[in-house]
Amino acid sequence: MIRSHSRRDFLKTAAAGASAAALPMPALAQASGGRIVVVGGGFAGATCARALRRLDPRTAVTLVEASQTFTACPFSNEVIAGLREIKEQQFDYKKVAADGVVMAFDAATAVNPQTRMVTLASGATLRYDRLVLAPGVDLRFDAVPGYTEAASERMPHAWKAGEQTLLLRRQLEAMPDGGLVVIAAPANPYRCPPGPYERASLIAYYLKTRKPKSRLIILDAKDAFSKQRLFQDAWKELYPDIIEWVSLSSGGRVTKVDPALMMVETDFAQHKASVANIIPPQKAGRIAELAGVADRTGWCPVEPVSFESTLQPNIHVIGDACIAGAMPKSGFSANAQAKVCAAALVRLMNGQKPDEPRLINTCYTIVAPEYGITVAAVYRPTNGQLVEVQGSAGTSPVEAPRSTREQEAKFADAWFRTMTGEMFG
Amino acid sequence: MTRRCRAMVVISVLSLAVPAAAQVPPLAPAERYGTPIGSAGFPPPGASSCSGCHPASVSVDTSAGRLIGRNSSDIVTAVQAFRSGQRPATVMDRIAKGFTDDEIKAIADWYGAQK
Repeated sequence: MIRSHSRRDFLKTAAAGASAAALPMPALAQASGGRIVVVGGGFAGATCARALRRLDPRTAVTLVEASQTFTACPFSNEVIAGLREIKEQQFDYKKVAADGVVMAFDAATAVNPQTRMVTLASGATLRYDRLVLAPGVDLRFDAVPGYTEAASERMPHAWKAGEQTLLLRRQLEAMPDGGLVVIAAPANPYRCPPGPYERASLIAYYLKTRKPKSRLIILDAKDAFSKQRLFQDAWKELYPDIIEWVSLSSGGRVTKVDPALMMVETDFAQHKASVANIIPPQKAGRIAELAGVADRTGWCPVEPVSFESTLQPNIHVIGDACIAGAMPKSGFSANAQAKVCAAALVRLMNGQKPDEPRLINTCYTIVAPEYGITVAAVYRPTNGQLVEVQGSAGTSPVEAPRSTREQEAKFADAWFRTMTGEMFG
Repeated sequence: MTRRCRAMVVISVLSLAVPAAAQVPPLAPAERYGTPIGSAGFPPPGASSCSGCHPASVSVDTSAGRLIGRNSSDIVTAVQAFRSGQRPATVMDRIAKGFTDDEIKAIADWYGAQK
């Protein structure tokens, strides 16, 4: 992820961003709105940076992001299954910069909470009044024996969209009919709880239509998963002879992988895979640990009104990296948290008390073309945690006509368009 | 040099000469940030999440229902009908149950006032 940019490149980028930022708003030059640095340009960070500028144009916002192109994870399972192209997942930061956000295309390498300073890989430093960390997840390459970063070149995780997504797709395309696809799903918590099962569904769709003699097995480190009943009903209906799910208590936990032999092992069985998709356990992106905002779980505890870290003052953590109570780690959650955090930051910077928020999550999942299912809930802070508002949480109905599934698939597409349009359009 | 140009130079120094931390003025206390922002521009609780699907910007191209500029009472009626089950829904039946009448009204007013 870390790309090497020279300091000169950084300065050039920052200068371009700064002049775009400074021109329309002389007020900013009086430094009246405070300085906010946002690290991470995904669903949480890019949303937050833009929301800050829109809520209070006096705020000086710098967005630190290593990549010039954002590749969205939601819908990337469709790319893997050949139903969508990766370019439909990709966005740039031009419009973010046009809103007056100063882009620093670099990696953050250190945070000093005492001096309120972020250091970048180029050696440059950024001073902040408040820092927002939205680093997403890091994959734990020490968690599954044999599964190293090098192993992911043979057994892709494809849990960060981009080259890994395309690698998994190419492997599926190259595999012979009659092969075995193995998906290893991690224990909770991890990015996108329904993701492994959506992926299994869409790969099964690919196998059914292109390589019908093939099979797919999900080796799971847990006994229950998001939207389980809806998934299992859909699998029975659509992919009856293709998908097999092995739960933790049935011996589903992967204990070892051997990428050279393409072997995936559990306590009870060895699976020789044609394609192995290992989704390892995860933790908050490294900068969270370096800033001292991650706890022993590897994730970041925050208070639920402003998403300020409970471990370090003036640092807020949003998106997959934070522990947001009952909210799942999803793009929708990250976006909702980002906007709540931005509003709280503007209040705080103006000496006001943040409003008590309500947040929504909706996770859309596609199990086949024109077949969508959801889980949704509304959350509110209660006793220092985000909890579900009673009665609001639930999945799509278990018994529903196909037209309902079609409509949810359409709304899934609408959600993606709104979300990415608001972030990058 | 106009005041604005000078201001830009200051900005450049602030954001570019970054390793020289000493050049950066000390942090301002909250009072220095200027006039407190009023509530008018702030979305009421929940509204910023609604805009995950229903855009808050007119320019966003999506097939999700547009609420910007709609009559507030129409939005309230629809959400209440989703909540009671009178109106068929996919996710809105669940989401509507997470909000009180007052909260729904505030969100509807906010969307109605957006342009």
